[in-house]
Amino acid sequence: MSKHSSADQAPIPTAPVPPAHWAASYEEEPTQASAPPQPNGMTALKPFGWAKDNLFNTPLNTALTVACLFLLWLVVPPMANWLLLNASWSGSSEACREAAGACWSVIVVKHRLIFFGTYPYDEQWRPFLACALFVAMLGASGVRAFWRPWLAVAWTLTLVGMGVLMWGGVAGLTYVPNDRWGGLPITLMLSVFSIALAFPLSILLALGRQSSLPAIRTFCVGFIEAMRGVPLVSVLFMASVMFPLFLPEGVTVDKLLRALAGMTLFTAAYLAEAVRGGLQAIPKGQYEAADALGLSYWQKTMLIVLPQALRIVIPPIVNQFISAFKDTSLVTIVGLYDLLTAATVATTDPEWRPYFAEVYVFAGLMFWIFCFSMSRYSQWLERLANRYTRR
Amino acid sequence: MKSHLSALAIAATLSVSAIALSGTAQAGATFDGVKQKGYVQCGVNLGLYGFSSPDDKGKWSGLDVDMCRAVAAAMFGDAEKVKYTPLSAQQRLPALQSGEIDLLARNTTRTLTRDTANGLNFAPTNYFDGQGFMVSAKLGLKSAKQLNGATVCVLPGTTTEQNVSDYFRANKMTFKPVVIEKNEELNKAFFAGRCDALTSDASQLAAIRAAEVQNPNDYVILPELISKEPLSPAVRQGDEEWMNLVTWAFYAMVQAEEKGLTSETVDAAMTSPDPDVKRLLGVTAGNGKALGVEENWAYAIIKQVGNYAQSYERNVGSGSKLKMPRGQNALYTEGGLMYAPPMK
Repeated sequence: MSKHSSADQAPIPTAPVPPAHWAASYEEEPTQASAPPQPNGMTALKPFGWAKDNLFNTPLNTALTVACLFLLWLVVPPMANWLLLNASWSGSSEACREAAGACWSVIVVKHRLIFFGTYPYDEQWRPFLACALFVAMLGASGVRAFWRPWLAVAWTLTLVGMGVLMWGGVAGLTYVPNDRWGGLPITLMLSVFSIALAFPLSILLALGRQSSLPAIRTFCVGFIEAMRGVPLVSVLFMASVMFPLFLPEGVTVDKLLRALAGMTLFTAAYLAEAVRGGLQAIPKGQYEAADALGLSYWQKTMLIVLPQALRIVIPPIVNQFISAFKDTSLVTIVGLYDLLTAATVATTDPEWRPYFAEVYVFAGLMFWIFCFSMSRYSQWLERLANRYTRR
Repeated sequence: MKSHLSALAIAATLSVSAIALSGTAQAGATFDGVKQKGYVQCGVNLGLYGFSSPDDKGKWSGLDVDMCRAVAAAMFGDAEKVKYTPLSAQQRLPALQSGEIDLLARNTTRTLTRDTANGLNFAPTNYFDGQGFMVSAKLGLKSAKQLNGATVCVLPGTTTEQNVSDYFRANKMTFKPVVIEKNEELNKAFFAGRCDALTSDASQLAAIRAAEVQNPNDYVILPELISKEPLSPAVRQGDEEWMNLVTWAFYAMVQAEEKGLTSETVDAAMTSPDPDVKRLLGVTAGNGKALGVEENWAYAIIKQVGNYAQSYERNVGSGSKLKMPRGQNALYTEGGLMYAPPMK
């Protein structure tokens, strides 16, 4: 452990200037914490020995290995043929009819519709730029070296910039009302904003649920249970279809905003339960020690309880984030053009209708990229947060 | 006490008549609302090719979309003053009831319940759909009446299946159903020659044909439709002026086809001596004033959207990938159901 001693002595990360080698060293730690470390080059050097030890060591394992290899042989070559070798990559739908494999031309022809929906065609560089900016900022926010006050400033500027790009109406950009937005920007914004808004709300709800004040506790329990008791589709449907019926005629709240509000409240209820799990996992002694020090409720919560509780619940929270990201595809029920809806619409064109599978594979790949990144990031974050604890 | 009551009664009568007066003095809430905000909020399908769907460039097109554009052209003289609200099937009626949209043009079948209990008013049908039969052109069939003894591919457990057996029974014919659960497999079975005819909604048949067949002329959709699906634009109840405008905006397109006016020839037709054409195009004033819009309202529709035939052929007919025959949607003079009342 001597190699990490400087890191071990460092104060808890409210902290300034982390050395550059930190991130790398955290990644190595779990291996050291778990049983005897495997020398890294071993599998590469002695593949046969490794295979003999792990795949063919008993008759049962040998049989399973052979069966798995057979299954792979059945599945992989035809799949590769369909996906890549026999696929048609460009040209018309006629060329696709000739080809035996997948028809990726449909993506070439329809990718603008899938990514940007009904956004005016000549202006589609704007949502593209907005998405790129957004994703870049999300990526940057994950890097520890950037966790500084100026990140908040950068986010404010980014959001303003995105608003300007998407809506326009200033600086020579034509105005594009948000009922014409669609595709990837809708999916990204709905998921990120609903998660970002739901997270603080969920902490308040979880704290409220544990509150000793009956009114607050009842409200929080009622809200959480009501939201968890109904499917997201019905929340969206209420927000989008029933809610306007209660408003006076002519008064409408923006459709996108309504869907966002519905998703935020729903996600917050689920997150709150995850956070509550963390709060309950903190030993009583921690609360009592904080009280003994004379800390106020908010000092105790912010300095002692939440930092420990949130660290414990990173996996369920990220689980909820990923789920929320995928749930954005349900907004099709309220007529919003998210990525999946735009993809579905692309398949209604009779010329390309036989190639719906390709379009869905492509949409699936897009969702996978985002969800997988989130999951990998959460694993890194977990190691970072738990580097002082061994459980 | 008595004087009190009578005073109240007078006040009530006065206020009622005041409401009635204001009702006649100005147009309804939707009409005024649309005029004030400067665009028509139109509820359309999320994506149904030929009726309303965004094209590769994200621009809305289709037969229903043309209905929205025609109303905007009549109201503002500009067919582009439309905002589209894509709606799911569950959403469409509440969206209209709540005032979120002004006009619903989303392949909605007109039924008694929707017209009454749901609080809608339906404009004239802009597309007569219904269940039909598709057969191979090689069979040389001209009518569904010739299908006696045929094998028919049909989805199970739908009204589609019931309609077929009712139709054959009513015409004293027999058929052998080939019932297949899944749409794709049903289509495959038909194109592989397992059955003589495939049955579904006619617009659906055309879409299947366009998607699956290299040369659409190899398969024929027979002219008989055996069920009724009159797809009609709808508005909220309670605003007759708006209802009138939507109704007559559609009739203007049909009337233009009857008179042979297209978006190309309408400029030349401004000097036509035909009194009907003069009234339609606003050369003889009156219609516009009656509807509460500019006198050139119909000219704007024909110039910017086209007549009904143009809209039909461009979106679902010979000029589109669907290649649907006019069938019931032809003019009444050509054996169809499209008929515009006199516009005077």
